[in-house]
Amino acid sequence: MKVIVDLAKCQDHGQCAIAAPVVFQMDEEGKLVWDGNPDESQRFEAEEAADVCPVQAILIQD
Amino acid sequence: MSGHIAVVGASLAGLRTAEQLRATGHTGPITVLGDEPHPPYNRPPLSKEILAAPGDHSAEQLHASVAFRRRALVDDVDFRLGRAVTAADLEQRRLTLSDGTELGFDGLVAATGLRPRRLPLPGPAVGRHVLRTLQDCVGLRGELRPEARVVVVGAGFVGCEVAATALRLGCRVSIVEPAGAPMNRVLGAELAQAVQRHHETAGIRFHTGRSVAGILGREQVSAVDLDDGTTLGADIVIEAVGSLPNTEWLAGNPGLDLGDGILCDNLLRAAGADRMVAVGDIARFPNPLFDALPRRVEHWSIPADTAKRAAATLTAQLAGREADPTPFTPVPSFWSDQLDLRFQSFGSPALADEVRLHEGDPDHLHGGVLATYHRRSEHVGTVAINLPPARQRELREAFTALAAAA
Repeated sequence: MKVIVDLAKCQDHGQCAIAAPVVFQMDEEGKLVWDGNPDESQRFEAEEAADVCPVQAILIQD
Repeated sequence: MSGHIAVVGASLAGLRTAEQLRATGHTGPITVLGDEPHPPYNRPPLSKEILAAPGDHSAEQLHASVAFRRRALVDDVDFRLGRAVTAADLEQRRLTLSDGTELGFDGLVAATGLRPRRLPLPGPAVGRHVLRTLQDCVGLRGELRPEARVVVVGAGFVGCEVAATALRLGCRVSIVEPAGAPMNRVLGAELAQAVQRHHETAGIRFHTGRSVAGILGREQVSAVDLDDGTTLGADIVIEAVGSLPNTEWLAGNPGLDLGDGILCDNLLRAAGADRMVAVGDIARFPNPLFDALPRRVEHWSIPADTAKRAAATLTAQLAGREADPTPFTPVPSFWSDQLDLRFQSFGSPALADEVRLHEGDPDHLHGGVLATYHRRSEHVGTVAINLPPARQRELREAFTALAAAA
């Protein structure tokens, strides 16, 4: 599974970090850091994160 | 039993419900019906990024940048767009569409959302706008040029966002609001007044406690008359005075309560109907997180949350199983970007009778403010302005703890 974030869209809302804390985190400066190749066990959370992104900046690819 | 499920409404709530019907094991056919020509798209950017995006863009180009991704889960869902459902016969389980065709169903999802309320005033149509759909946004974008005189009627979240975007585009912006300071009903007086001062410093003019008495102009809007006799010159009037639930298509079905949206139980089953659920802005349901009173909730998080629960309920009903009786206790949340402020809300601040300021200075909103909202001392909402996103988990978790106790 690949996780792609469109940084031109991302506005650091941080909702993904609530939905999928293993894949997405907000660093101390409030910027998004994420795992681009998370384990398959994270699929449900990653899909959830993509759904709740207010600006729909997250793409999950198989 | 699988059966055919008709989802009426093809916005966020309709899309998420179709996905969740598949995720919860419904194997029968699903049809999603929408009156707009576009596949489901995300509305919040319409008052901000999309409204302000420079350059000439067709509706299709703008749509592409806000369209929801199409998950493989709904590959076999039939999206029928560009036609409205005009009537439903719940006893015969049949829908009538605006093109005259009929469609039978075994299960029904009502996801028709809201439309903007209009000011009941005559006057020229050119220059008068509302903002709900992509088409509305395309129409308004073309007119928001530098120096244009813009009068926004209504200082709720949508009105304030549009005003902030128009100001950023170089327009001369006034807001008229009868009820008082902006977003007063949600934020409470102290913070609302602080936001007003902040926006005034940036250049937005407020006329609070005033209402619009008339819209002037021959072919095109030229001015707005207020009820105190003031006249505001205007090239553009944006009506942001709330919304009305789209439930007319359900009229004539005895048993439904369409008094304000669609009355549902806590599992999103429409009262007075069988195998029918409602989702999103039009679902009026009780949330035990707060109390037993059914309410409609116009927050961005609600379509996805209600979709999950309503889909599980309907899938179980069609399969002849009992619906999951676990109480449904979604935490409402929304955000709003206005000028250099980002508002983040959890829970239901509008229910509060008391606001407690925990961090920050209302005269320096930009530096970050945290307030909690209480009803009879019980914590019912939280509003953060310009707080770091890393803290949102902690703010939201205050409510997941309440949900566990509910």
